[in-house]
Order: sequence, then C-alpha cells, then structure tokens
Amino acid sequence: MKIHEYQAKQLFDKFGIATTLGSVASTPEETVSAAQSMGLPVVLKAQVHTGGRGKAGGVKVVSSIDELKEAARTILGLTIKDFPVKKLLVAPAVKIRTEAYLGLLIDRGASKVTFIGCAEGGVEIEQTAKQSPEKIIRLELTVARLKALTEIDCLDFARKLLPGAGQADDAAKIMVAMARMFLELDCSLIEINPLVIDESGRLLALDAKVLFDDNALFRHPDNVALSDPESQDPDEVTAKENRLTFVRLNGEIGCMVNGAGLAMTTMDTIKYFGGSPANFLDAGGSSDPAKSIAGMKLILSDPRVKVIFINIFGGITRCDDVARGLLAAREQFDIPVPIVIRLVGTNEKAARAMIAGNGMILADTLEDGARMAVEVGNRA
Amino acid sequence: MSILVDKNTRVIVQGITGRDGSFHAEKMREYGTNVVGGVTPGKGGETVSGLPVFGSVNEAVEATGANTSVMFVPARFAKQALLEAADSALKLVVCVTEGIPTLDVLEAYDLMRSNGIRLVGPNSPGIATAGVCKVGIMPAQLFIPGPVGVMSRSGTLTYEIVASLTAAGLGQTTCVGIGGDPIIGTRYLDLLPMFENDPETDVVVMVGEIGGQDEIVAAKYLLENMSKRMVAFIAGLTAPPGKRMGHAGALVEGEDETAASKIAKLESLGVPVARLISEIPKLVAQVA
Repeated sequence: MKIHEYQAKQLFDKFGIATTLGSVASTPEETVSAAQSMGLPVVLKAQVHTGGRGKAGGVKVVSSIDELKEAARTILGLTIKDFPVKKLLVAPAVKIRTEAYLGLLIDRGASKVTFIGCAEGGVEIEQTAKQSPEKIIRLELTVARLKALTEIDCLDFARKLLPGAGQADDAAKIMVAMARMFLELDCSLIEINPLVIDESGRLLALDAKVLFDDNALFRHPDNVALSDPESQDPDEVTAKENRLTFVRLNGEIGCMVNGAGLAMTTMDTIKYFGGSPANFLDAGGSSDPAKSIAGMKLILSDPRVKVIFINIFGGITRCDDVARGLLAAREQFDIPVPIVIRLVGTNEKAARAMIAGNGMILADTLEDGARMAVEVGNRA
Repeated sequence: MSILVDKNTRVIVQGITGRDGSFHAEKMREYGTNVVGGVTPGKGGETVSGLPVFGSVNEAVEATGANTSVMFVPARFAKQALLEAADSALKLVVCVTEGIPTLDVLEAYDLMRSNGIRLVGPNSPGIATAGVCKVGIMPAQLFIPGPVGVMSRSGTLTYEIVASLTAAGLGQTTCVGIGGDPIIGTRYLDLLPMFENDPETDVVVMVGEIGGQDEIVAAKYLLENMSKRMVAFIAGLTAPPGKRMGHAGALVEGEDETAASKIAKLESLGVPVARLISEIPKLVAQVA
C-alpha cells in the first residue's frame, strides 16, 4: 500500500527521523497561509502515487507569494502519469550542502531486509545500481538482526554514506529509527531520497517514500486509515472488495481467468493471435458464483470491450460454480457482447451442459479460445 | 525417483481441522500420500477422517515420525504455525497459505534455514511426484510418470502446462510449485541441483513470470553446472509495469523484470522459451 510523502514525513517525525515536515494544501490559498507561517522560500510538491514528479513539473521552489500562487495553480492543474494532482506539500526550501540516498527494503534476491545506500543522492538508484554498482552500499539483515539493530552496527555503513562529513552518528540514528519503523508498521519499503546535509550541518530527510505490506494490513488499522481513496483506481478498489484482482488495460478483449499466472498467459495468448486484452482479472481459487458476477460487471464497465474470454482451469475452482455465476449475471444485467468460454477440470461436464444453448461460444483449449475471441472481436 | 517427496514422505497437515486442510488431507491420501496426522492448536486429541489431530507440531512429529508438514493455516495465524514448524524435527515444510505478511515469512524462513529445514512456498500449490504422492493442492490426475521435472511460480498455469505435457505423452518426475510471493523458501536455483541429481529427470521445464531475476539466475546456473537441458515459459508479456498482477511477486519494478527482457536473456543463454503453452511439449521433445 502506498501513502503520500506528507504522510510518510509525519511518520518519520513520529519515529524521530528529522525531516521537512511542512503542511499539506489542496488550494492555492491554503499554500499561502502555509508558506506565511513557515516563511519563504518554500517548495511545493505534488502529492501523487507515482515517481518522476520533478520531471513532470510537479515540484517547484518559490520565493514570493505571487510566484507561489501561480505555481500552486499550475501544479494543482497537472495530471502526472494518469494521477490528477489534488494535494500539495508545502515545505521550507532547504539549502543543500550534500545529498545521499538511503533506503530500507525487502531484498527478494537475498531474502533479507536490506539497507541500500549511495553517497550520491537525488538520483535514480536503480540506474546507479546498474551503471556503477560499486557506488552502492549494502547492509543485509535477518529479521532478528533488524530487531536487535543498534547505532554501532550502522556506523560503518553511515560513514560510507556520508564520506568526510561529521554526521555519520546522526545517519546511524536515522537507520535505527528506520529499522524500528519498518518492523512496527510492517513496511515493505522506506526510502529517503535525498537524505541531505543542509547549510547549518543538519541531516534531514528531504523526501520520504513509504510502502506498507498489503498482507499485513489486517493488523494495522492505522496504516489502512492513511489510504487515500481519491488516488486509487476505483475499479481496483471494487475488485478488492469482491476478492478479485483486476488491472485495466487498453484493449478490446475482456478476460476472466482463475489464477494469476494463467490470467497473464491468457492475455499473452490473445496478443499472440493479434488481439489486445482489455484487462487482467484473476478470479482466484474459490468457487463463489458472486465473484463471476462481480467480474463480469467490472469487465463490462469498459465500453471498449467487444468480446469476453473466460478461461477456467478447474482445480479448487469448480467449473459448474463459474457457469452458475455467469448465468446469474445474465439474469441480473444485459451482457451486450459475445462470450467465448473455455472450462476444463473439476465438474466441467456439468458446467458445459449448463452453458449449452445459452449463446456462448465454447472452446476446448486456451489457444482455441484466444483465437476465437480475437476473431469474434475483429468482426464486432 | 523424484525430488523432495516420495514414498518415504510422512506428512502432517497443519490446519487439518479447517475446510481446506481436511479436504486436501483426504485428496492427498487418495493419491497415495502417507498422511500421518494433523495439527491444530487447541484441538489435540480429536480426529479428522480417522487421522489423529495434535495440539502442536512437536507432539505430532514425536507421535507419528512425520518428516514433512503441509500448511493450510490462515494467513493471520500463519506466523506462529511457521515458527512452530521451524522449531521442530521436520525436514520439509510446504506452505500453501497465501497472503502471509512478508516479515513473518522472513522470520520463520531465517529460523528454518539455520535449523536445516526446507521451506517450499508460501503461496505454493505444493509438490507432486507423479504416480507416487502429492503434498499440497495440485490436481493429481493430471500427472503421469515420465522424464520431465517441472518448477513453477504459478498454480493453474502449472496445471495447464502439465496437462499439455501429459497429453503429448511426456510424463513427469516431480512438479514443484515454488509459490508466487516475493520471499519464498525454495527457488528455481535450489531445485536445479536436485533435478540434476535425479536419474529419472531428463529435462526441466521452468515456468516463470514477471518480477525478480530468479529465472535468469537459474538459467546461468544450469549453463555452468548442469548436464540436463531446460525449457522455459514466461508469463506476463502484456503486463504493464508498476502493476501487481495477482501474485505478490508478479510486479515489474525495473526493465530487467519484464517478460520480454527475461525471454531475451534466457534465449541468449541458449534456453528455449515457448511463446504458447502448446509449444512446450515440442521444445521438450527437441532438447530431450
């Protein structure tokens, strides 16, 4: 789960990580009162769930009220990678002496919780890692070591992170605070980019990115409360409520499949035969007919969809339950596009008998079904 | 022959009194798996379809001589169950449960690693040794004995691929579902030496997807250390970057993690990659 920078900075503040806390505004007028209370110059930063804000014009330093109003209006009118800007962070502008990168994340390659550092901050860390891997500093920890982490354990890393500066002790303190926050909130990422030393020699988190582990949200109602419904795709929210996984794409062939790997493969096969999938929809491993109904509604909410391909490989999922859900969906609402359906596995015979005579196009294999869906879509 | 599970595997089911646990305990026995009991805290002394239920893993292991556990415990209670398994005399833990917090998995996995216990999963459909036994939820009727080892991050996609192999007369030794999570106990790289050492496995089919680098790491290992050949399939060519495609681990976070990049790298390493499932049996027949 993503949260905004201003929320992440509030958490930093709570855990004792020095940062430019600032305040959040959703109108140009609110930015003015915020700026007046902290004093100019200030930096305005778009609060959206995507990277590359700077390049998209979503970050601006201003030193007069006129400039501030103008910039606030402009940024609040932006849409950055499909995300309309609804909130701004107003924070004191900082004169930077040096900047570094500091992150704490789950490293799937090493199966460890790992601090990643780089003495050059404000950069794309993935690029640096690829082009100059020698510049990346790492500290790999087991969960037990993360729990027991002290400042002394972090000092060597901190000295490499801030070479020649006198702030290594402060950086080690920040690392221990990050470890505590990571464990207490079940984070999957805490990233400070850049971590800066300002003119007066203070070490500060100038930006803050925090991700929470979705699987652990059940034990963190406070994390859930930070979720911003305005900045999420409403379709994906609906899907989640119905225990489906849904991702909208740009194509014309709606897909409903059980299992994530098979759902991706179904989309790929459609593309292989010259079609384009409208969505990823994993209906999961259960047999609840209500899921088929919810899935059909989601697919049909996209007017570009010309045909639907349903591909079920029954294991835990029972084909007759899927068929029952589909027939119920047709009773409840109009399905204005043709359906190509392929059902194999548990109770497939019963399911095929239920479907027969209902105008759906039956396919025997995934590849036949994909080919037929593409043909039907092309004719529509 | 086989890897990981065979006729000597003695299985306890953690979460046996739950709906999925009891159902699959029965299915595993039907296939010939030696299921010796189950564990549900607080329900020691009960029975489920004639199997004894124990209150803890250690009691179960002591009473039954189990060497393997398969876990169906719901995600929010899974940490304790995993830690219990980690602190036991078991050799193999297959975790079917999906959606366990990552830090819980890591903590238990760390402990299992230091105690010499192998974890498969979480979010794994399990392991099946064709014609011998299965530990987990795979539909066993798909398998026929033969020379192909299968390892996969998916569930239903694996069944689809096994069905196509079986239809082409290409049977399997062991099929391992390693799980769709970013942190998993057993990866392709861990399985390759086992398949190499299994005299009955001639070819390995690796079923991968977007996210991470494990498929590439495995292919490099194979190239440098193995006599056996591999055929690969990678799902997710149409997956957009930055979107989680169902599996927690199926997320493109960098260019290297796309399906297109993985396919190109695997092919440059000499590993044939099927574009359609129906191509897999043909490629297997070619390299075998």
